[in-house]
Amino acid sequence: MSVEQLYQDIIIDHYREKHHSGLRAPFGAEVHHVNPSCGDEVTLRVSMDGDTIGDVSYDAEGCSISQASTSVMCDLVIGRDVADSMALFDEFRDMMESQGRIEPDEDRLEDGIAFAGVAQFPARVKCAMLGWSALRDALIRAGVELPASRDDKE
Amino acid sequence: MWNSAAIRADFPILDREINGHPLVYLDSANTSQKPREVVEAVEAHYLRHNANVARAMHTLGAEATAAFEGARVKVAEFVHARSSDEIIFTKNASEALNLAAYTLGRRLKPGDEVVISVMEHHSNLVPWQLACQASGATLRWFDITDDGRLDLEAAQRDGLINERTKVVSVAWVSNVLGTINPIRQIADWAHSVGAIMVADGSQGVPQRATDVTALGVDLLAFTGHKLCGPTGIGVLWGHYDLLEQLPPFLGGGEMIEVVRMEGSTYAPPPHRFEAGTPPIAQAVGLGAAIDYLNRIGMDALAAHETEITAHMLDGLGALDGVHILGPAEAVDRGGAVSFVVDGVHPHDLMQLLDSRGVAVRGGHHCAAPLHKRLAVQSSSRASGYLYTTPEEVDALVEAVAWGYDFFNSRARRSL
Repeated sequence: MSVEQLYQDIIIDHYREKHHSGLRAPFGAEVHHVNPSCGDEVTLRVSMDGDTIGDVSYDAEGCSISQASTSVMCDLVIGRDVADSMALFDEFRDMMESQGRIEPDEDRLEDGIAFAGVAQFPARVKCAMLGWSALRDALIRAGVELPASRDDKE
Repeated sequence: MWNSAAIRADFPILDREINGHPLVYLDSANTSQKPREVVEAVEAHYLRHNANVARAMHTLGAEATAAFEGARVKVAEFVHARSSDEIIFTKNASEALNLAAYTLGRRLKPGDEVVISVMEHHSNLVPWQLACQASGATLRWFDITDDGRLDLEAAQRDGLINERTKVVSVAWVSNVLGTINPIRQIADWAHSVGAIMVADGSQGVPQRATDVTALGVDLLAFTGHKLCGPTGIGVLWGHYDLLEQLPPFLGGGEMIEVVRMEGSTYAPPPHRFEAGTPPIAQAVGLGAAIDYLNRIGMDALAAHETEITAHMLDGLGALDGVHILGPAEAVDRGGAVSFVVDGVHPHDLMQLLDSRGVAVRGGHHCAAPLHKRLAVQSSSRASGYLYTTPEEVDALVEAVAWGYDFFNSRARRSL
């Protein structure tokens, strides 16, 4: 696994462009998540539209993996219903924890498949999950009922 | 004469290849590599002399005790302590600083002040926050100047150290900026108001010949694993007259004199502060590390460190988009060089450098308030030691330049 394969153009593009970044109002809940070991941090807001995620807005600072992953996540979940968004959360997390054994589904994860290579670097998996974990926490704080997930045990 | 090849031959790990490149280990401020004889000393202890210390009366117990107490004598001589009774073994520098903060903290009361600095490692910051919270004392700190030195003028102007000050605790050498702080001057200032002076020697003791009397401090904390020793062994040196007055830190075996259900009396220093079975093999390893460093010579080592640091500052300083934190010249400066690279987060840079075999640290280096003060989110840090060569520094500089292009030229292309 080379760094060229790790840092695919998709990741670099999202790192630069940060889709949907900036904090917007109104919002249902706001959370602040950090990776204490490295200092990646994100403030993330979610706004619901019935059962659908109406908007996710964020202000984040950190490495290309954490920033690009949050950008890709927003592309995926904004306008999507909560149940399917959380199914994507599980699929993305499973891919990240598979150390490269799971072949990602491009129809489902879209640009998210670029992170398959990150799964080969255990130290960076937390970076890729930062935005996703913040989203899940924000949904819970916004009072949204989430389908059961492995995370509930943690 | 500095014999780089001979020194490197003592460190088998330096022969490793990482990702198809020779290892360039520039994370020594995090932990140093270990010479073969330190590892062999630990192995020989476990394989030939292992027993508990002080309480085992058989032959092996006597050997283990002699080795453990012998290491204490070596440490005492290494820092020019008056007696080995001034050397307290802990598990690391953090525990040593917690011991200092807890025991001195028991004397604090509301209205008292403790002074640290904004450049402290979390281990010389959080214990004092805890001590102040528990006692109602106030925590104050030195600010820094734009070039990363303690702002002594502002401290003087603001009366930072005054008649309310009971403890001053400052890093000898900054683990981020590399700055060597004027410990003697600050100690004299602290003593003029009757305060206790503590120094965090975690970065200083491995890099510089240490004389606790010349430093002028009352307590000095440092760790074994940054000076070629094993992990799991730290040291608090303290002036005996002060140690004698301090209450115990942890309670348990070995730190007592007489134990009754109604109450106990405590052993004199240093055993008063060493509850339970101590890190015996680790102390033996630390003793071997000190023997090794003494043969190299700490003054020669310091000169080498300064040379390597100057080379690093020159090389990194000449690169586009690279900004060095802290003093830009190798004057009153230790071996840690932290820097930020435009458009490349330290995590990403660390990953890119690792792909070329270059090991550096990226993040806030356990000094988050300092990074906030410098208005940077995090940084990369390269730090050499006695085994580091100028060629390794060149490999670092080349890899950083490549990393800058990797992110910045690709980003421009794709936009």
